[in-house]
Amino acid sequence: MPLRSDLRKVLVIGSGPIAIGQSAEFDYAGTQACQALQEEGLEVVLVNSNPATIMTDNAVADRVYLEPLTPETVARILRAERPDGLLATFGGQTGLNIAVELDRMGVLEEVGVEVLGTSLEAIMKAEDRELFRSLMHRIGEPVPESLSVASFEQAQAFAQEIGLPIIVRPAYTLGGTGGGIAEDMASLQRIVEQGVQASPIGQVLVERSIAGFKEVEYEVIRDSGNNRIVICNMENFDPVGVHTGDSIVVAPSQTLSDGDYQLLRTSSLNIVEAIGIEGGCNVQFALDPHSDQYYLIEVNPRVSRSSALASKATGYPIAKIAAKIAIGYALDEIRNPVTGKTSAFFEPALDYVVTKIPRWPFDKFADADRRLSTQMKATGEVMAIERTFEASLLKAIRSLEIGLDSLDLPGTDELEEREIERRLGQADDERLFLLGEALRREWSTERLHDLSGIDLWFLNKLERIVRTVQGIEQEGLGANRVLQAKRMNVPDTAIARAAGLIERDVREFRKGVGVRPVYKMVDTCAAEFDAATPYYYSTYEEEEEGSPTSDRPKCLILGSGPIRIGQGIEFDYCTVQAIEAIKQAGYEAIIINNNPETVSTDFNTSDRLYFEPLHLEDVLHVIEREQPEGVIVQFGGQTAINLAAPLAELGVRIIGTQVDDIDRAEDRERFDRLLADLGIPRPLGKTFYQKEQALKVAEELGYPVVVRPSYVLGGRAMEVVSNERELLRYMAKAAQINEDHPVLVDRYISGIEVEVDAISDGHNVLVPGIMEHVERAGVHSGDSIAVYPPQRLSEEQKRTIVDYTTRIAQALQVQGIVNIQYVLDDEQVYVIEVNPRSSRTVPWLSKITRVPILGIATRALLGQSLLEQDLPTGLWPEPTDRVDVKVPVFSFLKLIGVDSTLGPEMKSTGEVIGRGRTLDEALYNGLLAAGFPFVQRGRNTLLTLLSSEVREEEEGVLEQVSELGLALQEGDSLSTDEIVQQIRSGGVQFLLTVHNRQKEKSTRLMAIREAAIQRGVPVFTSFDTFRAYGAARRIFLRGVELPITCMMAATSVRQPTSVG
Amino acid sequence: MCARLILENGAVFEGRSFGADGESFGEVVFTTGMTGYQEILTDPSYCGQIVTMTYPLIGNYGVHPDHQESKGPQVRGFVVREFAELPSHWKNQENIDSYLKAAGIVGLADIDTRKLTKIIRQSGTLGGVITTLDTPTADYVHRLQSGAHRIERPVYEVTATDTEHHPGDRLRVIAIDYGMKRGILRSLHGRGLDVTVVPADTTAEDILERKPHGVFLSNGPGDPEEYGELVGHIKRLIGQVPLFGICLGHQLIAKACGARTERLPFGHRGSNHPVKDLLTGHCVITSQNHGYVVQDDSLVGTGLEVTHINLNDGSIEGLQHTEHPCFSVQYHPEARPGPTDSDELFDRFMKMMKAFGEEERDALAI
Repeated sequence: MPLRSDLRKVLVIGSGPIAIGQSAEFDYAGTQACQALQEEGLEVVLVNSNPATIMTDNAVADRVYLEPLTPETVARILRAERPDGLLATFGGQTGLNIAVELDRMGVLEEVGVEVLGTSLEAIMKAEDRELFRSLMHRIGEPVPESLSVASFEQAQAFAQEIGLPIIVRPAYTLGGTGGGIAEDMASLQRIVEQGVQASPIGQVLVERSIAGFKEVEYEVIRDSGNNRIVICNMENFDPVGVHTGDSIVVAPSQTLSDGDYQLLRTSSLNIVEAIGIEGGCNVQFALDPHSDQYYLIEVNPRVSRSSALASKATGYPIAKIAAKIAIGYALDEIRNPVTGKTSAFFEPALDYVVTKIPRWPFDKFADADRRLSTQMKATGEVMAIERTFEASLLKAIRSLEIGLDSLDLPGTDELEEREIERRLGQADDERLFLLGEALRREWSTERLHDLSGIDLWFLNKLERIVRTVQGIEQEGLGANRVLQAKRMNVPDTAIARAAGLIERDVREFRKGVGVRPVYKMVDTCAAEFDAATPYYYSTYEEEEEGSPTSDRPKCLILGSGPIRIGQGIEFDYCTVQAIEAIKQAGYEAIIINNNPETVSTDFNTSDRLYFEPLHLEDVLHVIEREQPEGVIVQFGGQTAINLAAPLAELGVRIIGTQVDDIDRAEDRERFDRLLADLGIPRPLGKTFYQKEQALKVAEELGYPVVVRPSYVLGGRAMEVVSNERELLRYMAKAAQINEDHPVLVDRYISGIEVEVDAISDGHNVLVPGIMEHVERAGVHSGDSIAVYPPQRLSEEQKRTIVDYTTRIAQALQVQGIVNIQYVLDDEQVYVIEVNPRSSRTVPWLSKITRVPILGIATRALLGQSLLEQDLPTGLWPEPTDRVDVKVPVFSFLKLIGVDSTLGPEMKSTGEVIGRGRTLDEALYNGLLAAGFPFVQRGRNTLLTLLSSEVREEEEGVLEQVSELGLALQEGDSLSTDEIVQQIRSGGVQFLLTVHNRQKEKSTRLMAIREAAIQRGVPVFTSFDTFRAYGAARRIFLRGVELPITCMMAATSVRQPTSVG
Repeated sequence: MCARLILENGAVFEGRSFGADGESFGEVVFTTGMTGYQEILTDPSYCGQIVTMTYPLIGNYGVHPDHQESKGPQVRGFVVREFAELPSHWKNQENIDSYLKAAGIVGLADIDTRKLTKIIRQSGTLGGVITTLDTPTADYVHRLQSGAHRIERPVYEVTATDTEHHPGDRLRVIAIDYGMKRGILRSLHGRGLDVTVVPADTTAEDILERKPHGVFLSNGPGDPEEYGELVGHIKRLIGQVPLFGICLGHQLIAKACGARTERLPFGHRGSNHPVKDLLTGHCVITSQNHGYVVQDDSLVGTGLEVTHINLNDGSIEGLQHTEHPCFSVQYHPEARPGPTDSDELFDRFMKMMKAFGEEERDALAI
């Protein structure tokens, strides 16, 4: 079946903000889908509320709606656009849920739009537990006994019949939100109730636990002619019981015999046929480690995180092919994107091992429950490719950027045996390293297997790593020992530690004995056919592949690694845009990155992709092979910036702002000197290197003060402290303070916070926009609602900001991009910090100002001045007829134990855009897109918990509550239990808790906030955020539909007439 | 201990020895299957060959009698990137090292198998030797250049010596064993067919005398051009009895009808070969292991038509006779290793036998 001739225009639904369970993989999938449709000459209309995505660029879609992903909004877009088809299987669970809802509302029929690809009926067969179970029974596929229930009583009856443990899975939720394994009736009650709450249809599935089975996934594609292929299978290192998004995963499976492999492969093909998949599908199995018995765990009738991983692991672009199938093609009619000659109907053969390790946010959330279960907690993941499991695993570990480079986790050698035993039995983010420690203690692999349920095959491999490193510890370097270690891809840093040397010694020794990596190609076919995919990984073998020669000069750009709190998809957006600009400037763009979810690691994005850790040694090896003109570090977040100095020290040229200037921006004392020289004020602050100095310094500055370690990402470990006691407590917690790790203390200014992104060629400076934060200083900029253009700034203040920005950029000789944060105290403007790199606001700001910030910045750092680019200096003209906001989105529901109060530590995982003619309209759209409820009917109770100290900040906001249609209830006199009970029973719709920082952490408030989050009740911890909601709610109550705005491809950049 | 692989073009790979010691000559081929190493080792079609696994980690789930496709390993040598000393699987009985040692098969590990694969892909299948001896490389190259790795008519090394009867209550099938995999017998016998396995050189008359409902022609090693006498037997079967051929059986049927075969540059070996059924338009993933193929332009006047093609290189994957009950495929519907997507071909064979039986009865009635 060729391309359908009745299709002209297709609407694609994106996945919205990044949250745990729904991350950058849908930008990758959506971008591929849009490109696949455009290639066929179709007009692509896209709706997505996430401005930090590549898919929302006009180069990818013809018409882009940055609007809230609600069924109502999408319905309006459908009515306005009247597309022929709707693609809903590329926007994760969000996309599916909207399509199902639009169908239920009758909108699809009304507009006459057809759901392309897998039909809604088929989707329901996979998503509705009962329909799915009965279908599987009919085709003879085993599913564990289970029952859909809506209450604990029903679950209890089932548990009495089947026996415990029982797995609880809420229906229609992201990443298994609200689910878990119940070992006893008490936990069953807790998990069922929380799951019923989390499920939009108030339903959970209770199911026989198959914990301990092997977990295996198949990525399948089927076309409408029932041609079916398996792109990849994957085996979880962790047995069933840990959410697959939280599992270490290898591809292909390692411990399955051909019989096992084919048994599950055949089953997955039968399942996609029975469901009627037309596109991509993920099938998860549990396989008994002691027999041929298997069970189906679940089926995702769409592209997913796993399909992104499978695409990167094999080189087969699943989303792109699934999109082609949706518009009519059969698999054998689609050209094989790797060979360019044969068809897309083939199954990749791998000749390497891929390991994925999730990236968890526990480094930022020290209080979180770090145990892993059926509810996903990871924010991102890394992938590594090597020829053996040991090597692939070790590469993945150092790609995580958690300060570890092997199986050694400092401190584990002090743990008690019992503690290790306990933690091996209950998976957490550190289990891999505890296994390493247990092996160092000579525990047998059998014992580890009994404790963890992890297959002996994996444990034997871990043991080999540990013994190899121990060999070096005992006998030092030796040509053969080093070669063996490098064959396992043990990094020089770990070898050096084992040998009691420094990294450089090992590097020199290794070079002396001729041990260096070669690069091999990911070609989907295990070298069976000639391929030219510019997609490489390193290994310690003989043959080097793919000549690095080029007729163009080469630029190496460093990516941003795994998605984590503080470093999200925005940096991938920046990287991809920069690559585009590098190519346009006539260079060959080479990238190193290791995040399988992203667009930047699509091998079509750059001229050459090195799927490698962003670790000094690995980066150096690529540089040695490629010999680029230089390295660009400005777009890959702190990951890339942190590599600048060590690379420069080894003689690598950094393109753009120089390392010394980067250091002047990041080193507090040098930065202070710079500002003093420029006569630019910043809040009084000091650096100290010993705990004892803390009190004296704080006393001098006056409380409250902001304390934080230097060189941090996303405000990690930053706190505002109000008195001596709090400061002492902070000092006690902050583990490392020494000459290398000083602590910074600043006077806390509670004013309007503002940030700018600016572009400079070293002389001239262009400020695309000033962004104002809704929340006052003290809330991390990434967690604040940002507003453009600023609403509360005087012209004088703006002029000052532009002046400071210009002078700082000039003084730092910024070539490229810089982000500066300011705080306003009355008319006084203070600089808070300078980030000599691209920031998380850049994608949003480029989209709303239509200034191609990344293109301009990239050209500037490659040496093309702003003048040569025909660009002005100073502030880009601000619009007078519209306002945009960026609203943060949080994933607290997934992270038990994390305090949801906003403060100087960043906590959000994603963001959405809100657009309007006025600030209030923009806030309404933004907060709606972020998931805040706007409902008029029924109960609308606002419960407040306010300490007396903060009431002065309230500024009359509570008086207006009744105007907002909310019933105000003051909760300060109620007991914790009473409040929690009221929240659980649905008696509270909004919670406003504002306290001074000391009281914030009280167990009472923590318990209340957690109950609210579990119940989906919005929690406001700042009057500013609540005021913004109030403004938005007034727009909502007016009941007038706001215009929806479509971004179309810009024909040219608007030339500014005035300069601020 | 060290071992070397020396190719006839002079290339040398030094690695770690596993399996047996000594030296062993063979044609060096590669297979891309990621699982199924024991099935590959024991597939008689690999007789005379040194097999390289492109997937780097081999032996992970150990060895078990259920995975045997014949009585034991048939390869001349085995080359892997890494073999598992400590396999893990509930069926595991021993590791691949001791298994190959016991069978006297020489293995080589820890070499850059991707480099070797690319050499084979670029220069075509080559002769080679794996050795743990100190014999100079030049001597080996000399011996390889004079054909030390070649064996003639390997079918006769692997075919059954005696007739073997597997009783069943349904149709009677004679299976001609050119090196038949056990999986094929399972697929036939598992359907209730009464299967008699006969040696490769069994004559048409001997076969017809047993009054079979159908004759199956198995896979097997070697160049179909070398088996003129076997082709002769098949000629006398076509039209007399329904025929189904797999792999070498397919090639021999084609030759019996007058078509020609040719050598593929480096063969099709793996579990992921895409095949399109030209009659239905449906595509399947198949398991393959062959170095020769039926020539496309030699079919004119043979009465054969192409039913299946390979989507990678367009080569012939399936044929059927336009007049007689006879069809064949180049790939392995019995899987083991590989996908079972084409299992229904055995049902097609059964249907063909039934239909032929009815036609015959009708003919007798007249």
